[in-house]
Amino acid sequence: MEETIEEIIDESQEYVINMGPQHPSTHGVLRLVVSLKGEIVKNVEPHIGYVHRGIEKMCESITYPQIIHLTDRMDYLSAHINNEAVCLNVEKALEIDTPDRVKVIRTIMSELTRIQSHQLFWATFGMDLGGLTCFFYGLRDREKVLDIFEETCGSRMIVSYNCPGGLMYDIHPNFQKRVKDFIKYFRKILPEYDQLLTGNVIFQERTRGIGKLSLEDAISYGVTGPSGRASGFSCDVRKHEPYSAYDRVRFNEVLFNEGDTFHRYLVRVEEMRESMNIIDQLIDNIPEGPFAVKMKPVIKLPEGEYYQRVETARGELGVYIISDGGKNPYRIKFRSPCFSNLSVLNLISRDFKIADLVAIGGSLDLVIPDIDR
Amino acid sequence: MYDFTPLTKWIDASLHNAMSPFWTTIVEMLIVGVLILLFYALIGLFLVYAERKVCAFMQNRLGPNRVGPFGMFQTIADLIKLLFVELVPIKNADKFLFNLAPFIVITASFMAIAAIPFAKGLHAIDLNIGVFYVIAVSAMGVIGVLLAGWSSNNKYSLIGAMRSGAQIVSYELSVGLSLITIVVLAGSMQLSEIVEAQSTGWFIFKGHIPAFIAFVIFLISSTAETNRGPFDLAEAESELTAGYHTEYSGIKFAFFFLAEYMNMFIVASIAATIFLGGWMPFHVGHWDGFNGVMDFIPPFIWYIVKTFFVVFLMMWFKWTFPRLRIDQLLTLEWKYLLPINLVNVLVMAFIVLMGWHF
Repeated sequence: MEETIEEIIDESQEYVINMGPQHPSTHGVLRLVVSLKGEIVKNVEPHIGYVHRGIEKMCESITYPQIIHLTDRMDYLSAHINNEAVCLNVEKALEIDTPDRVKVIRTIMSELTRIQSHQLFWATFGMDLGGLTCFFYGLRDREKVLDIFEETCGSRMIVSYNCPGGLMYDIHPNFQKRVKDFIKYFRKILPEYDQLLTGNVIFQERTRGIGKLSLEDAISYGVTGPSGRASGFSCDVRKHEPYSAYDRVRFNEVLFNEGDTFHRYLVRVEEMRESMNIIDQLIDNIPEGPFAVKMKPVIKLPEGEYYQRVETARGELGVYIISDGGKNPYRIKFRSPCFSNLSVLNLISRDFKIADLVAIGGSLDLVIPDIDR
Repeated sequence: MYDFTPLTKWIDASLHNAMSPFWTTIVEMLIVGVLILLFYALIGLFLVYAERKVCAFMQNRLGPNRVGPFGMFQTIADLIKLLFVELVPIKNADKFLFNLAPFIVITASFMAIAAIPFAKGLHAIDLNIGVFYVIAVSAMGVIGVLLAGWSSNNKYSLIGAMRSGAQIVSYELSVGLSLITIVVLAGSMQLSEIVEAQSTGWFIFKGHIPAFIAFVIFLISSTAETNRGPFDLAEAESELTAGYHTEYSGIKFAFFFLAEYMNMFIVASIAATIFLGGWMPFHVGHWDGFNGVMDFIPPFIWYIVKTFFVVFLMMWFKWTFPRLRIDQLLTLEWKYLLPINLVNVLVMAFIVLMGWHF
């Protein structure tokens, strides 16, 4: 289908530079082989696999409760949501109905995870465009979410708070108060984000109309999450296939039709607001009850195939388990959002400048361990 | 008023008494050279510290606070480290040009500082074409940047150097034209005379709106000329890792680093000298008491305060704005700043001709 890079060079005197695996703006160990003509990007070839750990293969030899701890290490910024996906799948297979308390707490934790992930996106996106101050503002506010996680889960980023049948332990007595304090604080801070970055003329000039992704391409490449919704692809799993407590809250699916870098950014900022709305509705009515269902010491899934999808901060995460009735899965497959989102990078960044490539790459919000697994 | 002319005259006379005119010149050159070099190094170190503190202040951090009181010796510690750190040899680099480039960059900024009047009678050389000299000398640095990018044999460096070349050559025009606006008003290119002409009021207040426009344009274009954010495309960390000085290490990197800060200081002092009255104190109309108090503050303090005010403005830009793209950068210069500037010079000439300025 496409010419190799060597053929392109021969024809058009383009030159090739290697962005990564060690590069400030590839956010990890992604290697982009970029062929340039002057400053104009002609072709981008992502080379992945630098943090491939074989998580899917490893899962075949460990038990279900152990798998949860591996999923943390995929998209480490939505660790909680990844856990939830596996737990929901296992619960679905065993036909367990988790208590309401579990559902509500899971939803709140998921939304907090989404907020902190988008905060980090905001921080690094600003940094990619040269506004270094954004990085510190974003991380400052993210700390507050991580503190809440630390108190309740015992860990800040790689939380591992879910287990099949419920939660590892109950929420900390301070949890509700701290979450409410955070929401109150962050509602005041969000306009500051807009002042510093969203409304900035240079920022808008840099991002508007850059890296347009059409609705057709978004669907055919399977671009989900905020990147897909910026192109008008209504793909929010929380809305279309509600899990946990999403069927009892009201929230808007943030949709734009432009599909450029600016709107991919805007979707995430708006989603932070929506997430706060969701938490607002739930935080005061966490039902009383057990925080987990009593499970058998060894969890064995009945023979069959199970699929569960959830909405992580980056898009749709699918967990596909084939069980042969044993305590380990026969085969497990994760449909990770970043892998599909990365695949459009070449399509949308062609014929833009190299500075735009950095902006587009940043706006796709890639987490490399999620691509490689 | 504090005047340094008697002091310099006295030193000159006593040296003449002690030795032959030839040796007097040699010794005077040595004294001036050493003093300026010292000043250069101290200001450079202080600016790096100031930038880190200002940046920390903008970013809700503390900044350096471990080495010495308030971390003041942090930059000195860094400098010592840079002096002793290994110079990584680069394969396939053009050795001669690679080693030459940092010296060109630092010499250009070093030469520019010679023409700046720090106080009455306190400048290394008072050229009658001072403004012209400063513009010419500060433009020399781009040669070093281009050489560095070319000789490093690194594509990132080359992209950075080419961007820098396009950028500095373009913005040189705006810097020159905005200074010419004030030269038209002052009627002289000699920096000391320009300062003297501001004894009745700084040019930014005296020169109507054109002077203010020229000041704003000068701020923008000099920020671009010194390769500082939001115009730091030549080193664009997130795109080109470090641009033209990616391959440099140790003291050679320190040269680029120091030159960047000194260039910022130099353009700030030019802004202070030309627009904000240099070492002239702030005077208000007929408030004699107030003016007397202002006169009491030494001119060197006035000069430093004004310069650091402009330096602070430039740091503020850098830590607030995202970076421009290369085509937007050139559009800004050629489509907006340059036409505005040309009209501005004409308006200023008209105002001076009609005698409408204050």
